[in-house]
Amino acid sequence: MLRTFRKGGIHPPDNKLTAGTAIKRLPVPGVVYVPIAQHIGIPSEIIVETKEKVTVGQVIARSGGFVSTNIHAPVAGTVTKLDKIVDSSGYKKQCIVIRTDGKDIANIEETIFPLKKEIALGPKEIISRIQDYGIVGLGGATFPSHVKLAGRPDTQLDYLIVNGVECEPYLTADHRLMLEKAEEIIVGIKIVMLALGINKAIVGIENNKKDAVALFKKLTENESGIQVAALQVKYPQGSEKQLISALLKREVPKNGLPPDVGVVVNNVGTLFAIYEAVQYDKPLTERVVTVTGKKIKNPANFWVKIGTPISDLINEVGGMPEGQYKLINGGPMMGKALKNADVPVTKGTSGILVISEEEALRKEVQNCIRCGECVYVCPMGLEPHLLMSLSEKALFDRALSEDILTCIECGSCSYVCPSNRPLLDYIRFGKLSAKKLEISKN
Amino acid sequence: MHMETIVVSASPHIHSDRTSRKLMYDVVIALVPAFLVSLYLFGISAFIVTAVAIISCLFFEFVIQKYVLKTATTISDGSALLTGILLAFNLPSNIPVWMIIVGSLVAIGIAKLSFGGLGFNIFNPALVARVFLLVSFPVQMTSWPSPVVNNTSLADAVTGATPLGIVKEGLQYGETMTELSSKIPSLSELFLGISGGSIGEMSGLALLLGGIYLLVRRVISWHIPITMLLTIAVMTGIFWLVDPLHYADPLFHLFAGGAILGAFFMATDLVTSPVTRKGMVIFAVGIGAITVVIRLFGAYPEGVSFAILIMNALVPLINKYFKPRRFGEKIKFKMV
Amino acid sequence: MTESIIYSVVLLAVLGGLAAMVLYAVSKKFYVYENPLIAEVEALLPAANCAGCGSPGCKSFADKLVNTEDISALFCPVGGNEVMKSIAEKLGKVVAEKDPTVAVLRCQGSCDVRPKTSLFQGPKSCAISALIYSGETDCQYGCLGDGDCVTACKFDAMYMDESTELPVIITDKCTSCGACVTACPRNIIEMRPRNKRDLKIYVGCLNEDKGGIAKKSCELACIGCSKCIDVCTKGAITIENNLAYIDGLHCTLCRKCVEVCPTHSIVETNFPPRKEKKPEIKEATQESIKTEADA
Repeated sequence: MLRTFRKGGIHPPDNKLTAGTAIKRLPVPGVVYVPIAQHIGIPSEIIVETKEKVTVGQVIARSGGFVSTNIHAPVAGTVTKLDKIVDSSGYKKQCIVIRTDGKDIANIEETIFPLKKEIALGPKEIISRIQDYGIVGLGGATFPSHVKLAGRPDTQLDYLIVNGVECEPYLTADHRLMLEKAEEIIVGIKIVMLALGINKAIVGIENNKKDAVALFKKLTENESGIQVAALQVKYPQGSEKQLISALLKREVPKNGLPPDVGVVVNNVGTLFAIYEAVQYDKPLTERVVTVTGKKIKNPANFWVKIGTPISDLINEVGGMPEGQYKLINGGPMMGKALKNADVPVTKGTSGILVISEEEALRKEVQNCIRCGECVYVCPMGLEPHLLMSLSEKALFDRALSEDILTCIECGSCSYVCPSNRPLLDYIRFGKLSAKKLEISKN
Repeated sequence: MHMETIVVSASPHIHSDRTSRKLMYDVVIALVPAFLVSLYLFGISAFIVTAVAIISCLFFEFVIQKYVLKTATTISDGSALLTGILLAFNLPSNIPVWMIIVGSLVAIGIAKLSFGGLGFNIFNPALVARVFLLVSFPVQMTSWPSPVVNNTSLADAVTGATPLGIVKEGLQYGETMTELSSKIPSLSELFLGISGGSIGEMSGLALLLGGIYLLVRRVISWHIPITMLLTIAVMTGIFWLVDPLHYADPLFHLFAGGAILGAFFMATDLVTSPVTRKGMVIFAVGIGAITVVIRLFGAYPEGVSFAILIMNALVPLINKYFKPRRFGEKIKFKMV
Repeated sequence: MTESIIYSVVLLAVLGGLAAMVLYAVSKKFYVYENPLIAEVEALLPAANCAGCGSPGCKSFADKLVNTEDISALFCPVGGNEVMKSIAEKLGKVVAEKDPTVAVLRCQGSCDVRPKTSLFQGPKSCAISALIYSGETDCQYGCLGDGDCVTACKFDAMYMDESTELPVIITDKCTSCGACVTACPRNIIEMRPRNKRDLKIYVGCLNEDKGGIAKKSCELACIGCSKCIDVCTKGAITIENNLAYIDGLHCTLCRKCVEVCPTHSIVETNFPPRKEKKPEIKEATQESIKTEADA
């Protein structure tokens, strides 16, 4: 019987159209737009000027504080301007615009790095390397990794959980990375275990990726500290709290964090980036992005340089389909819909999804029929229909006591509602207002 | 209508296939076997009662929404259709047509629209109408026609009491169960539907088929029907074990009367039942208990309708005290 | 038979009498003393209960006025200077005098000048739309058109114009309570000084993008060209982040900035139409000065 988390969850159709497509390399773009706010926390501070020449991997924006990180040039070229460009939030944010030098060898040839198993650095050096090289959580949350690995005071860690779940439909970036760079990821796991002083790790992979499960099981046969667990397919299993509950049956307490139950969770993409940073001195300048959609001509997975405009990716897979569509940065459950395709790829872009006409438009909203489906599927044990009512009526005090702030915004409630009610839209608004109220009370 | 090509909204961007309309129509399909059985037993009058109920419910909802409330009409969402069918299933097939129309007006106008429409009503509309008719027109609502098959009556009289009615009256007059057993249908007859009663409560088999269809299609969960039937069986079983001469056996209580119809189709009405699984169990236990108390000790032979309405009134309280366990909190009884 | 009637009447009379005595005793024992001044001050207030003063209702504001020593910071925008003066007389305290204000919508981005580039689907509420994304047009500063301000107005002074998809403020009914200003998530509505005959001059734009980009998203956008500053003799106009702002207190309504604005971003309302300029400019310099002075 495969493990999974007990409370709530849904089963949207997988639609993993690109699971069998090997990762290709996207041609280096002519211009890159690198935002300075690509991670949770304080935006980075720009340290380059216009007309300055930069090399690949050069620091172009420095960390703005503890919960912040450096940003490195993804291509070799010239900084043309420091301007505000529309990013995936829809609002214009500060970016560094670099024009790629087409003749620079670093942009033309790709270096192949052979597998390196021995870890030369010690724990402190590993963490400082992660901090300097701009590594953030590549599962989508973009939390600076060195902060996560610094742990919490007064907590004992005993497990590292590796998140190979990729529960969002359509996305296959992590899946392909696990198949193609499995040994590197395992070295990455060992690096983090060394840095944290933990000797046990579990790799969680959903059972719709049987080839990845088999490969990892084979490669960790002789590793006593690393286990591999196949999990039942359920959304949102990739969420930290749900994954810990599924693998270890431990529940992170309300308003708590994974170190409170002795665990640190890392995405496989992040571990691969850590491997490259520690073993090969390579900062984070590119990532795997799935470009997919039911009406896309040639959906595929790509290695993409940070700052590549999404329009480049769409052209590479055969262009936009006819009719109305939705362009989504991320997966269909938690991704952000974009206003245009000029938005750049950032460290948190795991996929670009085009939803075509038939599914793009929402249906008409009807009255709540109290069916209780939203309550049944909520993985955090909340009552979405009630939270929506409270947010509509601006009763944020009561919303706070109904634990609205513990919502992880997974979208399961809106997905199942038979009356097509925009539950999550109102809950997001309620969370923001309740947070303001809580701050003003304290 | 704008024809901009790019559509933007907040996540999630996909949606499951479940809609309210599909849920309603699934319940309608589940009621078809029971309807066919009653057509067989009661002939054309069963069809007339059902058709009048459905048409008048739809008519009243349309007229009241459009001309009195002046809002958009929602007759296509299937809820008025379902209310009409369930109302008809609670009525005897020889009821005068004008009474059905009055019942529909009460069900839609008073029990549903005056509370705010779909989703806002506290009480099950079909049951409100049934109880209203029962209290206003007791004679017509309690002379149940005997089933007529192929123009031959299956009983001696043209109208008579339901099996539960016969038992209640008999026990009041001091008869014992063994004496009464000749006057009431046997268990297999009850199961198949060869007895007297309202249009919907005839055949346990047909209703169970419908109930299983609903469970398989995930329209309802097992918590309410199974718990309610278990409660009825256990409570009547205790009394029967103690004194089998003066109390009917639990299987009789399950299959005679509206227990199965109530358990699978009336108590499970989404709007008027609790939202959490825990709450549903408490709700069902309450219905079962009150039904048994009314049947054994109350004035009426059948108690399911009253029991459900009483528990409907307690649903907001149940929803308030039986909240789901929050992730990360220890399992304990949470009082809000 | 008559016995039961007599018993019922006597019993109910006794119960009624007992209940009356209990109610009397309780009302005396639990009597809450309230300063009679509060009720008198409340009678002077406009009874709008709009929270424009900062208190939840007129009664609560009256309470505050009576119980606070220095009420010069308190003001009822709906009642205005008249009401505050009468309250000052009654309480023997000093009140501030404020110039009357009116709510002004500082965006002209209707459908025909600000084209839509995407279709938004979601609840019809500005607060939620602003949170989720930047709007259906390319201007991320402009009006979203979902009417939170109209819903917030308790005085029926606002309505949504269906053809332009912008809210309209009826200045005669506006009481300056400020509810619409709080409701707008983009601070598009501003309280500006109310002039005689309701004359208004203001920059109808909040776009802080560079000129070229702003103009692409809306024809009437302010491009930050500074032509208005050049002609303003009172120094009432400032430019910050490619956006001009006219200070209502220093503006003398001369209308020079309106004429020179290349994108017609500055709005003038309720002014009489300008006299036509003569075609020969050289000769007519004297007349032009005169007509401008008249306007």
